[in-house]
Amino acid sequence: MIPTSNYLMLSAVLFTIGVIGVLTRRNIVIILMSIELILNAVNINLVVFSRQLGSVAGQVFAIFIITDAAAEVVVGLGILIALFRNRETVNADEIDLLKW
Amino acid sequence: MNPLPFFIDKLWLIPLFPAATALLMLLSGRWLQNRLISLLCCGSVFLSFLFSVGAFWQLLSLPGERIAEKILFDWIPAGSFLTSSGHLSSFTAQWGFLLDPLSAVMILVVSGVGFIIHVYSIGYMGHEGGYYRFFGFLNLFMFSMLTLVLANNIVLMFVGWEGVGLCSYLLIGFYFLRRSAADAGKKAFIVNRIGDSGFLLGIFLIATTLGTINFRQIPLALEEMHFSVGAPVITAITLLLFVGAIGKSAQLPLYVWLPDAMEGPTPVSALIHAATMVTAGVYMVARNHALYSLAPTTMHVVAVVGALTAVYAASMGLVQNDIKRVLAYSTISQLGYMFLACGVGAFAAGIFHLSTHAYFKALLFLGSGSVIHALGGEQDIRKMGGLWKKIPVTAKTFLVAALAIAGIPGLSGFFSKDEILWQSFAGPLGNRALWAIGVLTAGMTGFYMFRLVFKTFFGQPRYSHEVDHHIHESPRSMTIPLVILAFLSVAGGWVGIPAVLGGSNRFEHFLQPVFGRRADVVLAVNMHAHTQEIQLMIFSVLVAVLGIFLAYYFYLRRTDAPEKLVARFSAGYRLLYRKYYVDEVYDVLFVNRFKDAGTALAAFDLGVIDGWGVDGSSWLTRFTASRSMWTDNWIVDGAVRAFGFFVRLLSYPVRMIQAGFVQGYALSIVLGVLLLLGYYLLR
Amino acid sequence: MLLTQALFYFFAVLAVVSAILVITRRNAVHSAIFLIQALLAIAGIFLQLQAEFLAAVQVILYVGGIMVLFLFVIMLVNLDIAVRQVQFNRQWLLAIVTALVVAAEVGYGLYRGKEAFQFPAASPDILQPNAQRVGLALFQNYMLPFEIASILLLVAMIGAVVMAKRRL
Repeated sequence: MIPTSNYLMLSAVLFTIGVIGVLTRRNIVIILMSIELILNAVNINLVVFSRQLGSVAGQVFAIFIITDAAAEVVVGLGILIALFRNRETVNADEIDLLKW
Repeated sequence: MNPLPFFIDKLWLIPLFPAATALLMLLSGRWLQNRLISLLCCGSVFLSFLFSVGAFWQLLSLPGERIAEKILFDWIPAGSFLTSSGHLSSFTAQWGFLLDPLSAVMILVVSGVGFIIHVYSIGYMGHEGGYYRFFGFLNLFMFSMLTLVLANNIVLMFVGWEGVGLCSYLLIGFYFLRRSAADAGKKAFIVNRIGDSGFLLGIFLIATTLGTINFRQIPLALEEMHFSVGAPVITAITLLLFVGAIGKSAQLPLYVWLPDAMEGPTPVSALIHAATMVTAGVYMVARNHALYSLAPTTMHVVAVVGALTAVYAASMGLVQNDIKRVLAYSTISQLGYMFLACGVGAFAAGIFHLSTHAYFKALLFLGSGSVIHALGGEQDIRKMGGLWKKIPVTAKTFLVAALAIAGIPGLSGFFSKDEILWQSFAGPLGNRALWAIGVLTAGMTGFYMFRLVFKTFFGQPRYSHEVDHHIHESPRSMTIPLVILAFLSVAGGWVGIPAVLGGSNRFEHFLQPVFGRRADVVLAVNMHAHTQEIQLMIFSVLVAVLGIFLAYYFYLRRTDAPEKLVARFSAGYRLLYRKYYVDEVYDVLFVNRFKDAGTALAAFDLGVIDGWGVDGSSWLTRFTASRSMWTDNWIVDGAVRAFGFFVRLLSYPVRMIQAGFVQGYALSIVLGVLLLLGYYLLR
Repeated sequence: MLLTQALFYFFAVLAVVSAILVITRRNAVHSAIFLIQALLAIAGIFLQLQAEFLAAVQVILYVGGIMVLFLFVIMLVNLDIAVRQVQFNRQWLLAIVTALVVAAEVGYGLYRGKEAFQFPAASPDILQPNAQRVGLALFQNYMLPFEIASILLLVAMIGAVVMAKRRL
């Protein structure tokens, strides 16, 4: 039996990598992919505990998260396309109209 | 208390009738027909005349004293005050009327002659514009004059005095679009005003000295306070009152307005400046005879001024060429006679001459108006002549009046003028010198009057052809008054035929209760010197006839003689013709000085008041406003801007947080998580 | 037992390495491929945890749907220029440090709460048959969230269409 903590550690590592990706990369597409990583890390967490505690709720919630991630990516990429059409750039730090 | 007889009880209606029609003309005259206006205005004066006759009749039949007072209401109460002699007095200026022989004579003359002139005006002013205005003013004048003569106290008399002055101004300037007429009106009023200032001071002095202003009470107060003859305060009062008379009655030196007053329509000249208004001064002196009797110095002044004015004005009348101007100077001269009479104590004689003068002078003016009307507006006697056959009624009545004024025996002027001359020769205050001046004036009067007659009606016609076609006798509305006045000029003197000629001098006797003791003294003198009187009478008649003959000689016989005489004495002639340059002297001495004062005041007003005051205050306002604006811009706005600056200063670092860089925001979220976790883990 | 552990470590390492490669590649397509790899590894983790349905869903939805979408969009958004640009933004050092500190904190937290994770070993048959269980739960207990999720998808679809239209 793999101890739960291992899974949790994995989840934490993936989460961290995702966070670093979000905070560090300029390319918006990569940022969105990093967000997917984060969500997946959370999914791992949920499934682990669902198995541990014997409740199927965890998995159901994980399905919802996947659904949600899909929707979010769809919209996000739509925005990206619109943004690209207007600005000819996909770099996050070049879109700073709300700058002081 | 016996009820007053009807006409005396209704005494107050006599001035009221014309006042009512004057008010009517003021309010609605513009829209009334000429015929209605004539009917109303002349009718009201006729009513006044009827009531005057009635009052006179009833006065005669009063038992006891011939004096009656009718008080309408108390007008101005003066409250208690201390007179100059320490008495505690209070009086009330009433709206009250006094009827005694003197005022009875006056109202008969004023309303009678006034009515005749009103009727004449219907014809004379018939084609003029402003018909209602003329009659309105004329009626207003009648109201003022009647109030003046009927007043029972000197304050109400002053109301009438001012009223006649106002109407004189309004009527002289009737043709107000003519510059000369407007100026003449102003001149009359202003010169009158100068006299009025003296009059007012006299009134004040009477009030404070005697404690009363009522004509019946002044003699009582004089007796009570034991004023001696020649008391300085009485002399002062009488002199001040006389100053008023000088202005109103055109004596030296305030006569200058009367010749200019001929700018007004001829009926105005006849009524106001011959028969009535100018005589108000004489009436006023006569009314206050109680005061004058106590001031022989003033009486002397009055007589001298009267005499000098008489001869002075006559000298100027010798050379004037405007028919009305000659008559104007004649009026001044005859007024001088009236004051001469009052000055020597012969008040009754003065009033007698006042009444006869009213008849023949009014006739002379109306006649001249008829001549002017016939000649289509010509007033220069150098352009007249040969009118005797053309306008017979006018000519004949004019001749009657000329004879009367010259003092030809049998006519009214003879009796009144002679009485004055006799009293100035032989009366207790008389003076041979004054008599001599009077006789000289009588001669000059004869001369200038008949110069006028001969040049106007006789000799070769000197008018143009167009005028010739125009000549016509005046309508009946104008000639009938002339005839009536001619009749009065003849018969008006028969009430005053002196004892020396067999008459009973009823006029003098009638006025005896008014003038009292003086008349007695005069009568006493009369008794002793009948022959002297007749001698003087003949002498003055001869002098008058001499004057007439000289006029005949110069103007009908040797018509070239006047020019030769003028050429020889050209300087003297010029002096007379230019009226002794008095108007010019007055201009330099007074008129221009007042104008200069006015200019100086105007300069002060413009420079100081408008300049410093108005402009200054505007400058001050603008200056304050600019300072205020500066404060607002720099201090107030500065504070606001400083506030904003500081907020910006403080916000600068805070602002930098918002970089528009989304990942930065994400980092701050993670940072927050870090801190939170750290806090909970390290607890 | 050994197989289980080996499988775990295999999938774990694969996932982590793929993740690291996702965030460090210059080329977005590369990152996408590595992400697919990571997702497949995670699907393997799910299988190991006896969540078969979820593993299937993960592969079908995530990899087959979402990643395909990603690749389409990468293709639409011409990233040739982006390839030559700087890849990391100006806060990269600070971000890494912060994230690592958070990770350390989480690790420390896990370490501190070791005891809480001492669960009795779960039976292998728990939550079996998995698909039925999940299905039943989904359509009985969690019907409402299910419906809401479908509405969410509808909205997302509309949103995507609107956003990507060339002319509104």
